[in-house]
Amino acid sequence: MVQDQLTTPPGEAAATGSTGGADLSLVSVTKRFTDFTAVDGLDLTIPAGSFFALLGPSGCGKTTTLRMVAGLEQPTSGKITIGGRDITGTSAHERPVNTVFQNYALFPHMSVLDNVAFGLKRRRVRGAEEQAKAALELVELGHLAARRPGQLSGGQQQRVALARAVVNRPAVLLLDEPLGALDMKLRRQMQVELKKIQTEVGLTFVHVTHDQEEAMTMADTVAVMNGGKVEQMGAPRDLYELPRTAFVANFLGKSNLIAGTVAEDRGDAVVVDAGGHRLAVRKDRAAVHQGPVLVGIRPEKLTMLWPADAPAPEANLLHGRVLDTSFTGVSTEYLVQVPGVGTLGVFCQNHGQQPARPGDDVVLAWDTGHAFGLGGDQDSTAGAAGEDGP
Amino acid sequence: MNVLAAPAKPAGGPGAAEKAGGKTLQRRRGRTGYLLILPGFIFMLLFFVLPVFSLLATSLYTKPPGADIGQFAPALEFGNYAVVLGSYWPELLRSFAFALVATAAALLIGYPMAYLVAVRLRGRKLLQGILLVLIIAPFFTSFILRTQAWKQILADEGPVVPVLRALSLLPADGRLTATAFAVVCGLTYNFLPFMTLPIYANLERLDTRLIEAGSDLYASGFTTFRTVTLPLSMPGVIAGTLLTFIPASGDYVNAALLGNNRDTTMIGQVIDSRFFRVVDYPGAAALSFILMLAILVLVTAYVRRFGTKELI
Repeated sequence: MVQDQLTTPPGEAAATGSTGGADLSLVSVTKRFTDFTAVDGLDLTIPAGSFFALLGPSGCGKTTTLRMVAGLEQPTSGKITIGGRDITGTSAHERPVNTVFQNYALFPHMSVLDNVAFGLKRRRVRGAEEQAKAALELVELGHLAARRPGQLSGGQQQRVALARAVVNRPAVLLLDEPLGALDMKLRRQMQVELKKIQTEVGLTFVHVTHDQEEAMTMADTVAVMNGGKVEQMGAPRDLYELPRTAFVANFLGKSNLIAGTVAEDRGDAVVVDAGGHRLAVRKDRAAVHQGPVLVGIRPEKLTMLWPADAPAPEANLLHGRVLDTSFTGVSTEYLVQVPGVGTLGVFCQNHGQQPARPGDDVVLAWDTGHAFGLGGDQDSTAGAAGEDGP
Repeated sequence: MNVLAAPAKPAGGPGAAEKAGGKTLQRRRGRTGYLLILPGFIFMLLFFVLPVFSLLATSLYTKPPGADIGQFAPALEFGNYAVVLGSYWPELLRSFAFALVATAAALLIGYPMAYLVAVRLRGRKLLQGILLVLIIAPFFTSFILRTQAWKQILADEGPVVPVLRALSLLPADGRLTATAFAVVCGLTYNFLPFMTLPIYANLERLDTRLIEAGSDLYASGFTTFRTVTLPLSMPGVIAGTLLTFIPASGDYVNAALLGNNRDTTMIGQVIDSRFFRVVDYPGAAALSFILMLAILVLVTAYVRRFGTKELI
C-alpha cells in the first residue's frame, strides 16, 4: 500500500474516481484454438480508473485476452463482466469497450475527423463532430482534422487512433501494443502523453505490451503473463523488487538466479548453501523456506569490492573474477565468474571509481534485504529471452 | 555473335563502363519504357484508332442515286445520324436498360461471391483456388453454347417455369423463353465473372482489421459493411460494373438467342441486321458511333460520380 501511494501521484485517485470507467473482471476465462490453448483459466479484476498493463512475451495470450474483452474473440469458457454486467457472448459493437489497435486500423477512406467521430455517429450521439474535434484537440491534432490518415506520420496516426477510442468514453479502453510501431524517442514521449491523457479522462486503460519498461513506466498495476496464465500481478515496483517466479525475475529487468538448498533456519531468514557459499534470504522475501531454492539478486543491487576492501568472511560474499565489462555511460556492466555459482551480472553506477578489468579478482556483496528466494524447481533462465525482444 | 558483340565492349575498362552506364541510366530507362510501349501503341493505332476514323467516315457516306445495294459514296451526310436515331432510339434505350439491370443483378450476385472467396475464406488457399476456378469455369465452354443452355433452363418444361407457376409468381400460361427476363438472365450470367473478378481482386487486399475496428466502434455487421467495406471496395465495384455494363449494352447474342423479335431487340442486333442484311453500312456505322458516344458519356458521368483516385 505504501508503494502504491508512492507510484500514484497525489490527487489522481480522487480524480479518477469521479469520472468514467468501470471494473473489468475476467473469471476463469479460457480460450482454446484448435491446436493450442492461448489463455488458460485466467482470473483478473481490473479496478475502475486504473492503468493496467498485461505484460508478456509474444504468444503468452495477452493479445487474445484483450480481443476477448473487446468481443473480437469469444472465450471457450469463463465469464467477462464490466461494471458487474456480464458481457460474455455479446458482440464487439455491443460492448462499452474501445480499442487502440496495434496498426491503428484507421479508416483510410475517411478524414481524420470522420475517423474520430465514427463511434459517436454509430451511437447517434448529438454533437458528434464537436466532440470529435475536442478529442483531436486533446491529442493536439485539431489542425489536421481534414486530412486523410495516409497523410499523417506514424506518431500522428497513433494519436488519431487514441482520440477515436477515447472520444467514446468507453468503460474500458484497450491498447494493443499501441506504441510498437513508433521509434524509441517518439515512444517514450507517447508513453508520457498516454499516461497524462489517461489521468485527464479517468478511463480504465488496459494496455497490452511486451516492453517491460513501457509497462512499468505507465501502469499502476502490471500483470505478467506467460503460457496463458498470469505469473504475477502487482504494482511495478513490487513486481520488480520481489518477483515470485523465475520468469518474472528474468522478464522484468535482469536477475542473477543462484541455485542452492536451504541449509539453516535462522528464524527471520534462511541460509542457503549454493556451491559451498552461504547466502542469507529473509523469510518474508522467500517463496519457499526449505529444500531447493533459487536465490535472486538484481545486478544493480550487487556491490563490487576489491578483495582488500572486503569485510570479514560472512554470508553474502562471493569471490569471483571479472570476465567481461561493458561501459554504458551511467554505469558499467560486469560479468563476474564465481566458482561454484556461475556467472553473475553486476551493474556499477559510474561514480568515477577505478573500473575493474577482465581478469581482476573481485568480491561481490549485497544487502540481505535485497535478495529474494524462489522455488528451486523452476528453470532459472525462464523469461530471460524476453530481454532480446523487439 | 561473338565477333559482332566484341567491338561493343567498352574500351576504357570496367570502371569507365560503369561511369558511362550511371550517366545514361535515366535516359536509357526512359527509352526502354517507350520501346516496351511501342508494340501496344502500333496495335492500338492500326486496330482501334484508324478503324474509329474509318467508322466515322463510313457513317457519313451517302447512297448516290441509282447505286447498287451496298454501294455508297464518301460524303458528309450527318442526316444519317438523325435517321437511325429517329428509327432506333427505343432499341438504344432498351439496350442500356437491359445492361443496367444485368449489371445490377451481376453486382448483387458477384459481390457476395467475391466477398466469400476473398475475405471469409482468407488463408484457405486451396478452397479459394477451387472457387476461383469455378467462377471462371463458364469461360471454358463456348459463349453461344452457354447462352443456348439458358433456353433449356427457362423452357416451359425446364426447372424454373413450373416452380414459378406453382408459386403463382408466373401466371399459369406464363412463359420465360423469348422474354426480356430471359435476355437479362443471359446477360447477367455471361458477364458475371467480369463483375466478380475485379471485386475479388480488390477485396483480397482488404485489411480485415478495419472491419474489426468498425465493430469495435459500435457498428453492426451491416453498418460496418456500408461504411467501411463497401466504400473501400468501390474501385473493384466500379471496374466490375464497367466491365459488365459496357459489353452488355452492345451485346446482341443474348437478345438474339433468348429474346423475341418484338420487345427485346437490342441495339447490337439492329447494327448487326443493318450491316449484314439491309447492307446499310452508313446506318450501321452511325449507330455504332452513337452507341460508343453514349457509353462514353454514361461511363464518364458514372466514374465522375462514384470514381476514386485509384481509378482516374
